[in-house]
Amino acid sequence: MCDQTFLAITFGPCDSCSENRPLMNLYIKTEPINYCSLCMEIMACQGLASGETLKSLKAESETLRKKLEEERKKLHDVELEKVAEKAEALGELNMKTRRTLKGHGNKVLCMDWCKDKRRIVSSSQEHAVTMPTTWVMACAYAPSGCAIACGGLDNKCSVYPLSLDKDENLAAKKKSVAMHTNYLSGCTFTNSDMQILTSSGDGTSALWDVESGQLLQSFHGHSADVLTLDLAPSETGNTFVSGGSDKKANVWDLRSGQNVQSFDTHDSDINCVKYYPSGDAFASASDDSTCRLFDLRADREVSIYSKDSIMFGAASVDFSLSGRLLFAGYNDYTINVWDVLKGTRVAILFGHENRVSSLRVSPDGTAFCSGSWDNTLRVRQEGRGVGRELKQGGTTLYG
Amino acid sequence: MTIRTLRDYGQHYRPRMACLKNVEVFVVEMQDPKSGVKGADQKLNVTIIPHVINGQDVLAWIVTKMKVTTEEAQAFGTMLVAYGYIYPLQNHRKLVLVPDSTLYRFQTPYFWPVQKWPAEDIDYAIYLARRNIRKKGMLEPYEQQHYDNLHKWMNPKWDFIVMQATEQYKANKERKKPDRVVLDCQERAYWIVHRPPRRTHSAMDYGLDRLIDPNAEEVLTFDVVRRTNIFLTQALMRSAVKSSVSLTAFVKFVTTHHNHDPFLTTPVPSNPWITDSDEFWQLNSRSVDIPTKLSVERWVLSFWELISDPRGRVDFKLFLKKEHSAENMAFYEAAEEMRWGAASAIPEKSQFIFNTFLKPGAPRWINIDGRTMGLTVKGLVVPHRYVLDAAQTHIFLLMKKDTFYRYLKSPVHKDMQKRALVPAPHVFTDAQLEANVRNRNPGISPILQWQQEEEEKAAAAVAARPIDVKAMVATNKLDRK
Repeated sequence: MCDQTFLAITFGPCDSCSENRPLMNLYIKTEPINYCSLCMEIMACQGLASGETLKSLKAESETLRKKLEEERKKLHDVELEKVAEKAEALGELNMKTRRTLKGHGNKVLCMDWCKDKRRIVSSSQEHAVTMPTTWVMACAYAPSGCAIACGGLDNKCSVYPLSLDKDENLAAKKKSVAMHTNYLSGCTFTNSDMQILTSSGDGTSALWDVESGQLLQSFHGHSADVLTLDLAPSETGNTFVSGGSDKKANVWDLRSGQNVQSFDTHDSDINCVKYYPSGDAFASASDDSTCRLFDLRADREVSIYSKDSIMFGAASVDFSLSGRLLFAGYNDYTINVWDVLKGTRVAILFGHENRVSSLRVSPDGTAFCSGSWDNTLRVRQEGRGVGRELKQGGTTLYG
Repeated sequence: MTIRTLRDYGQHYRPRMACLKNVEVFVVEMQDPKSGVKGADQKLNVTIIPHVINGQDVLAWIVTKMKVTTEEAQAFGTMLVAYGYIYPLQNHRKLVLVPDSTLYRFQTPYFWPVQKWPAEDIDYAIYLARRNIRKKGMLEPYEQQHYDNLHKWMNPKWDFIVMQATEQYKANKERKKPDRVVLDCQERAYWIVHRPPRRTHSAMDYGLDRLIDPNAEEVLTFDVVRRTNIFLTQALMRSAVKSSVSLTAFVKFVTTHHNHDPFLTTPVPSNPWITDSDEFWQLNSRSVDIPTKLSVERWVLSFWELISDPRGRVDFKLFLKKEHSAENMAFYEAAEEMRWGAASAIPEKSQFIFNTFLKPGAPRWINIDGRTMGLTVKGLVVPHRYVLDAAQTHIFLLMKKDTFYRYLKSPVHKDMQKRALVPAPHVFTDAQLEANVRNRNPGISPILQWQQEEEEKAAAAVAARPIDVKAMVATNKLDRK
C-alpha cells in the first residue's frame, strides 16, 4: 500500500496546544511530533531565533534537499524500461469513434462519467440558464448518480440534485457548497454524495461538506493556481494529488491537510493529474508537451512520455482499466495513446477540430470520451472485428 | 532572410505558450537555405513574390524531418499555419495546410505569436483604418464588423488612430511595390490569426489567464523557507521503497488485469459501445444471479477488487453470514458511511455504531483488541469523522488477511467459480446491428437504481436487527400452546 498515512495517528491532542484536532506528522530533527495545522503554521511564522538568518534557513533547505536526493538515488536501482521488458508487446490498436455528441453551443471544458458507465455530464462555456457565469471549468458526477457538481469563474462549486423529471428546472434546487476566492478549476465527489473536494485558482484545495456547506479541511502549499486534482482509488482512500501552475504535483493527506509528497520535475504548468488504477502512481499532463508517470512508493518520476513531433501542451490524461494504456489529449487537436510500461506511443487519434480539453475513461473501461473546444464530445473504443462506425447525436448529455 | 538566434523566452511572455519555443526552433530549421524547404519566386498579379513555398513540399519536409506519418505531418502543418508561422497566399482566411500546390510563405519573425504579444486592439484599429484608407472604404465584411466595434468603444482615441493610419499609409507609398505587397500579405496574415472572423476559432485562444503569474520570482520570506524545511524533514523520514520493487508491482498489476481491460481484450459477450447491446452491462450488474467468469477471476486478485465490485461484495457477505462474522463487514460499511457522510449525521451515526457494534454486550459486537477498543470508545465521547479509523483499519486488515483467504477456499466461492457464466461472444449480422441501434436506450436511471438500493439496505437493516425477546413475549408470539 503506497500511502503510509493510514498507519499514522491523525486525530488527537496536539503536542503543542493540546486540543483535539486533525494532526500532521512532522519531525523536528528526526524527533516525531504531532502538531495540528494551526500550530504548524505558528511554528513556521515564528520570528527568526538568534543566530538564524534567512540565508541560514535557505542553506538548511539546500542541505536537506541534497540529502533527500541522495537517499532517493540509493533506492533507484532500475528503470521502468528494463522491468517492462518482461511485459508482452501490445498489438495494433484500432480506435474508432462510436458516438459524437453534439449538444453544446460552445467549447466543452470538462466532462465526467456516471457510475452506471453510460451517462456523462459535461460543461461548457456558454450562457446556459442554470449557470450565472460562462466558464464552467469543472464538473463531476456523484457516485450515486443522483447529483452533479459544477463550478468555474463564479468561484463557487454548486451541487444540483438530478431528477427523473426531464423538464424540471434544475437551477431551482441548486445548492452552493464551496466558496473560494478565485476561479474553481476542478471538483470531484469523494466516495459518497456528501463531500466534495475542490481545487481553485487561488492556490488552495479544500474539502467541503455538501449538506452544510462547511469547510472540513483546506490544503495550502501550492505557490500558484491549482489546476487539477484526483482522488486516490486505494483501499484506504485517504490521499489525493493536485497539480498546479507552479509546475508541482503535491500529494495530500485528506484528514490532516498535510502535504506528504511533492514532485516538481515538470517544465511548465501541470494541466491534469490522474492516479494509476492501483493507486501507487499517478500520471500528469503538462504544457511542456510531456506526460510523466510518478511512482508514489519510490517517491520519484519514473517515465516521461514525449516525442519530438509532439510540441503542443497536453491538456488531460487518463489510464485504461489495467493501467497499460495512457490516453492523453493535446492542444494540437490530437489524442495520443501511450504504452505506460514501454514508454512508446501506440496510436494517435485525430477527429477533433479544436483542442481536446478533457478526456476520461468510463468506469468499467469499455470506452473513453474526449471533450473538445470544437463543441463536441467523442466516445471511442477499440474496434477490432465486429461492429460498425455509427455517428449519431446522443441523448446521453446532461449539463 | 537571416534569422538571428532566438532568445530563450520560455515562459516570459505567455505561460501557456511555453511549447512555442520548440515550434520556433523547428520553423527556423525549416527556413534554412540549404536544408530547409525549397522556396521559389512566384508571380502573383503582376508582382513577383520571393520565397514562396508550396504545401506539398512543406508536408514532405515535415515527414522526413520528424519521421512521422503523412496524417500526423498534416496535422502538425495545419498547426503551424494556424499559429501564423506559415501563411497561405491565396485563400488567406482558411488556415489549413493543403498538401498540394497551394502557395504559402513563411511569416517574418516580427509577426510571430510570442514576439508581439498580446495583439493590441489599438494596433488593430490603426491597421483597419489604414486598410480603410487604402481600399477606400471597401473592407471585408468581418473586418467591417471589427472596425465598427472598435470605432464604438475606442471613440476617444479615434483621432490619434486615424492620424497614425494616414502617416503609415503615406510611409508605405514610399516603398517599392513588391515590398509593399509582401508586407501587406504578412500583416494581413498576422491579423487573421489574432483577430479571426466570427465563428472561426483562433489558435491564439488559450482559455483563461492564470491568476498568479508563474514567472514572477517567488518571494522567499523566512516562513516560506521554514515551511519548505518542515516538508523536507518530513519527506526524509518517510520510508520509500526500492524502484525495482514498486516497478515490478506495476508490471504485475498490468499483467494480472490484462484480461479485464476492454481495450486490450475484447469483452464478452461484446462491447456495448460497438454492438449497441447492453448484455455486457447486464451480466455484470449488482443484482445478477450468476456472475461471469471474468468477474469471479477478478475477485480473486485482491480483497479490494472483491469488495469494490458490488456483486462481489454480495457474495462475500453471503460467505460471512455462513461464518457468523457478518458484523465485520457491517461495521466496515457503517464506518465508511460515517467517514464520508454528512457532518450533521455524525453524532447520531456514532451513537448507533456504538450501540450496535462496540458496547459490551452489543448485539453485533466486533472482536478487536483491547487497546483499539479503548481508544475508540474514548474517542466516541466527542465523536468526529475519523474516530473509527483505528477500529476500521483493524477490521479491514483482519478481513483482508484472514477472512479473504478463507473465502477463496470456501465452498461458496468454489461453487460460484463452477457456476460462473462464460457468455458466448456475440456475432451480429448487419441487420441485427441496425436493430440494436434502434433499440438503444439509456437503461435504468441511476436515481431509480439508487432508490432501490436504499430500500434494500433499509430492509436488510431491519432484518439484521436483533430479535427483541421481551417485545415478542409481550405480543404473545412465543407462546407455545
